Amino acid sequence: MHLATYVGLAHRSERTLAESLRVVGEGHARHPDVLFTCRTLAGFSDDHVRQLEPVARRYGEQHGGDVEEPDRLHAAGLAEVRSGPVGLLRDLQDLHVLGTLVLTTWTVINQAAQGLRDHELLSIARSASGQTSRQLSWLNTRMKAAAPQALIVAP
Amino acid sequence: MSRGPPAPARASAARPTSMTNRPPRTRIRLGTEPRSSRARRARLDLRTALVGSTVGHMDRIADVWGPRTPHGKGTVWPARVDEYLADGLSEDEVDRWVPSACVLCSNGCGCDIAVKDGRMVGVRGRATDVVNHGRLGPKGLYGSTPWASSPDRLTRPLVREAGQLVETDWDTAMGRVVEVSRRLLAEKGPLTHGFYSTGQLFAEEYYVLGVIGKAGLGTPHMDGNTRLCTATSAAAFKESFGADGQPGSYTDVEHCDALFLYGHNMAETQTVLWMRVLDRTRSPDPPVVVCVDPRRTPVAVEAERTGGVHLAPRVGTNLALMNGLTRELFANGWVDERWVRDHTLGVEELRGIVEPYTPEVVARTCGVDADDLRRAARIFGESRDVLSTVLQGFYQSHQATASAVAVHNLHLLRGLIGRPGSGVLQMNGQPTAQNNRECGADGDLPGFRNWENPRHVGELAELWNVDPLTIPHWAPPTHAMQIFGYAEEGSIGLLWVVGTNPAVSMPESARIRRILGGDQCFVVVQDLFLTETARLADVVLPAAGWGEKTGTFTNTNRVVHLSEKAVEPPGEARSDLEIFLMYADAMDFRDRDGAPLVPWREPEEVFDAWREASRGRPVDYTGLTYARLRGPTGIPWPVTEHAPDGTDRLYHDGVFPTRTDECETYGHDLLTGAVVTEQEHRAMRPDGRAFLKGAHHTPPHEEPGPEYPMLYTTGRTVYQFHTRTKTGRSPSLRAAAPDAWVELSEVDAARLGVSEGDVVRVESPRGAIEVRARVGRVRPGTVFAPFHYGSWDLDDADPEHQHRQANELTMTVWDPVSKQPYFKTAACRVVRVRGGDGPAPAPTTAASAPVGGGVPGTSGGAPTTTRLTDTPGYPDDPAVDAAGGTGGR
Repeated sequence: MHLATYVGLAHRSERTLAESLRVVGEGHARHPDVLFTCRTLAGFSDDHVRQLEPVARRYGEQHGGDVEEPDRLHAAGLAEVRSGPVGLLRDLQDLHVLGTLVLTTWTVINQAAQGLRDHELLSIARSASGQTSRQLSWLNTRMKAAAPQALIVAP
Repeated sequence: MSRGPPAPARASAARPTSMTNRPPRTRIRLGTEPRSSRARRARLDLRTALVGSTVGHMDRIADVWGPRTPHGKGTVWPARVDEYLADGLSEDEVDRWVPSACVLCSNGCGCDIAVKDGRMVGVRGRATDVVNHGRLGPKGLYGSTPWASSPDRLTRPLVREAGQLVETDWDTAMGRVVEVSRRLLAEKGPLTHGFYSTGQLFAEEYYVLGVIGKAGLGTPHMDGNTRLCTATSAAAFKESFGADGQPGSYTDVEHCDALFLYGHNMAETQTVLWMRVLDRTRSPDPPVVVCVDPRRTPVAVEAERTGGVHLAPRVGTNLALMNGLTRELFANGWVDERWVRDHTLGVEELRGIVEPYTPEVVARTCGVDADDLRRAARIFGESRDVLSTVLQGFYQSHQATASAVAVHNLHLLRGLIGRPGSGVLQMNGQPTAQNNRECGADGDLPGFRNWENPRHVGELAELWNVDPLTIPHWAPPTHAMQIFGYAEEGSIGLLWVVGTNPAVSMPESARIRRILGGDQCFVVVQDLFLTETARLADVVLPAAGWGEKTGTFTNTNRVVHLSEKAVEPPGEARSDLEIFLMYADAMDFRDRDGAPLVPWREPEEVFDAWREASRGRPVDYTGLTYARLRGPTGIPWPVTEHAPDGTDRLYHDGVFPTRTDECETYGHDLLTGAVVTEQEHRAMRPDGRAFLKGAHHTPPHEEPGPEYPMLYTTGRTVYQFHTRTKTGRSPSLRAAAPDAWVELSEVDAARLGVSEGDVVRVESPRGAIEVRARVGRVRPGTVFAPFHYGSWDLDDADPEHQHRQANELTMTVWDPVSKQPYFKTAACRVVRVRGGDGPAPAPTTAASAPVGGGVPGTSGGAPTTTRLTDTPGYPDDPAVDAAGGTGGR
């Protein structure tokens, strides 16, 4: 069964997202809403990583490198932030890309959980998808608000 | 048309014919006995008082709320007329009485301005007004008029020359503004313009400002200091009910069985509404009061007196407390399941969210007693009718919108909304904040329109005859804190500040001073005085104030008043409306057909234009005219063909403006502020049902630690308003609360070796103040500081070292949904600096009262008069109906 590949992907991508949210938040701390919301959203991903533990115990977990389907797209996360208003916009956009990877990962796991009639996994996948959507909604909201000023008038 | 209502002593003879002529209702009924000897004297006065006679010359500094007129549940609140005249003048020496309403809090008490020799010399409450039944509070009495003839009024425009502000003429000053404005528009377009206005102008002025900004310039960067006082109220209404609009009415006070005050020290913030409450709680059949506040305020004392509960949660934990109360409703079967099914959405999600908040969990998080929480919940769950009021203790604290929404949830779960005695009053901080919300000069579109709804934007475009794309609606209008952020980075190059003092009132003052004083942004300030903010401006425009111009405004419970011009403004000062029109003319804003975009000249013309903008929206003014507003009382909107006399309370049918095509917002994630999309909203099919929304409690943004071990919170005193621009120029009010202080609990004071009146240094990671300490009634571990005190009246003020300004310490952080800054969640430390030379300058009459003795009582206000008069019938008052009267509808 290849579910372990996706459990590994979920684990890895959620951890990357959480770390990247923290990096972006701290790096743009002069925008307090970015700082504090990124911290809160990173907490969502931490929770998902914790919730994955019993699943990983049951299905195993495979990480990139020794798997049959190695990563072609390397979503390494954000180690540092850009500066200025356009930099903030780009960083938020990168977070959105990472979040989308997480969301589709949960979508795939959700499908497998239905096929397996695994109630526990289904419940985790559903709730994690919902929380990931909240992360994406905030990123989208914040980018929309910031875009005109950043692109048209920022120094 | 007579100017204003008759003198109260002759009220029955000259009462306007539209009011019901009824026998006197005033009954001198005495409730639970007050204890002080002064109160006993007042009682004797009352006992012998006859209707129409003067109770006495009262010192309303010492006696903040005046004599009681207790009355039974469901009966009309008796009239009582309060009056202040300066310089020992008597009524017959007054030349004219000019009708208006008070602007020194959000209550909006109907009053008449006394004019003598072209000067405002005092005020008198209007017995016929639905809001105050004749009463006025200390701020209104003593503070309404002295500022106007203060020698330091701005009378000429100022411009900055070689670093100094110098007097000039209007053409020069406005010429500079227009030059910068045109240059920025040509270089980078309208996003270079920001407006930061107020809760002090009239509706007409906000509407014109809104049209200039949204359709003339096309900038989304418009907000008011309403963001600091009332944004959460509006945001919470929108999240729960689909649109802004106060559901309840002050008349609910007469009908409720329980009264919950959440973070609302009503006794000091709305003294006249508190008189209304006291006249019920001091009657033989009082409602039970529940108070949520970290200080032992007069409200907390009243809660204990009436057999209610005082819950003093740790600062920053309001939402945990609310989740606990909500859980109790579910756990004890106090939910009206059928009403909830028919009229709400989201009950199962809410049940899930509050499930972990058991009384024990809440007790640990909030530092309250679990049984007290249970008792408060039981009072809510088992009282027939409950009125809840909410203010800054929730709005300016952590998780503001989620906490305010939780109050709605409690009412919705029991179906306690829309009937006399059952309602919610999300209060406002300022007298005309409501109009800024309605008219679109803050972060909203006029008429509670939804910026995400193309049809709503199209309606405005049609009304103003501009391209819909001119009106910025790609994202929510920019909130105040973000406007200052853009001004800081210089992408806003022209910041126009109108009638507000951000250098004192915004969080993290040092940063705000830097932004206003820097070269990266051209700052225009329009005000009555050379405020701390005006001193940092590039151009200062002298404005006319209340009583010096005509316009309308709307109080917290939707009552619209017309405030007439009583006197001429000093020197070359001009009304805010005239100033905006001058700018619009100079900029030559045109509509799509080349006609002037802002064609109006007189306030009444603007009012008529605004009325059209409100047509068909929840905030419908279509039945209101200046002529209608010249009657005996203010009128609550909506006023329409179907409700020609206005509407006392909303949602009597349990139908809310949540339809996707009607609502003001599709809603937000209460935890993050992410917007709900139109498709998501439509898929929920709210169709008139209210939303039950919840969120988990999260820790506040700054928690006490080893370096800063205490919690810091800010607030008001009863004698001052905002940054004291008006109240600080009233001798009676100034003397009552002359200087800043901080309050410490007895336990903390003992630990720190601080005695009453000692000078202490209070520090946060952002700044420090040095003020005298009151050993008072604040929750242990918490420091309270009043935010009124800047430096305009200090001779030796160093602008870089504000030693008494509370916002030196506060954080730049805001609520994710309402974007209201959090003034009440910071960490601090306290160090004793030196011994004092007497008690702290904190008033003794209310929440700042000392714990120990030996502090002389606050007193010494100029004499005022208080008269008991015939109580007229009030339109739409349910108590009139209950008594079989004909005045109500």
